[in-house]
Amino acid sequence: MEQTIVMSHPEESLEVMGAPRGKVGMWLFLASDAVTFGVLLAAYGAMRLGSSDWPVPSSILNIPLTALNTFILICSSVTMVKALSAIRHGDVKGLRKFILATAAGGATFLGIQAFEWTRLIAHDGLRLRNNLFCATFFSLTGFHGFHVFCGVVYLLVIYFRAGMGDFTAERNMRVEVAGLYWHFVDLVWILVFTFVYLL
Amino acid sequence: MEMEAHVEPNYMKVFWWLLALTLFEVAIIYAHIPRLFLVVALVLTAIIKALLVAINFMHLRFERWTLIAVTILPLLLIVDLLLGILPDIAKIPF
Repeated sequence: MEQTIVMSHPEESLEVMGAPRGKVGMWLFLASDAVTFGVLLAAYGAMRLGSSDWPVPSSILNIPLTALNTFILICSSVTMVKALSAIRHGDVKGLRKFILATAAGGATFLGIQAFEWTRLIAHDGLRLRNNLFCATFFSLTGFHGFHVFCGVVYLLVIYFRAGMGDFTAERNMRVEVAGLYWHFVDLVWILVFTFVYLL
Repeated sequence: MEMEAHVEPNYMKVFWWLLALTLFEVAIIYAHIPRLFLVVALVLTAIIKALLVAINFMHLRFERWTLIAVTILPLLLIVDLLLGILPDIAKIPF
């Protein structure tokens, strides 16, 4: 079901390139972060194609568990857009509920990733320095996991600020900007999941 | 005060598409299909999923072209990087 909403944003009166400053700032940050992830993925691709004995990821990594983690992150993206939609309709309670659900999704993702890493390190004996597969796997998933951790902290700040009445139907750009970061983290995971786990 | 209006995407429809594509990806790695087809299918599916998130959840389709340009330019840098290392990769038979 599609519905028309009206966005009004007095706090976005200061604009750059025809868009609110905060949003442009976040897009610029995400653009630079995309290059960082792109470089990591390109290096991963180069090392993998250059290796004659690269292991089949599904023989080492737990694909069903990681697919569940992917599902959780996708769900958290949906709760994030629901949070933004709620505050744009003036529903602060809905905003807090959905932001908390999004942060909980991120925390669950990190918990499952910590479980996976623990099993790989303690049970299977994988270490960052073992080989190129281990080096790229831990670098990429670790770097992404750090982003998720920062995102959870970011969302909790939004949650508490919402409780202090900082956001209304007219003033919600910071929620949208937080959402941009969270969706970017989801988008990057979609690529990491495919290239590192499935291919 | 500037006012903007746009149609909110159907987020649940996007969610179901993302879920279906993820299940498709997991299913085909266990299917016995030629490696080349598997790689092409997985890469295309990942690109479609990433675009679904960027266009709908990140509201890229409602943004001004300047912001879209900001997001596309770094992607061109990544393509440039890939083209730069391609000669090294291409030398290696696999």
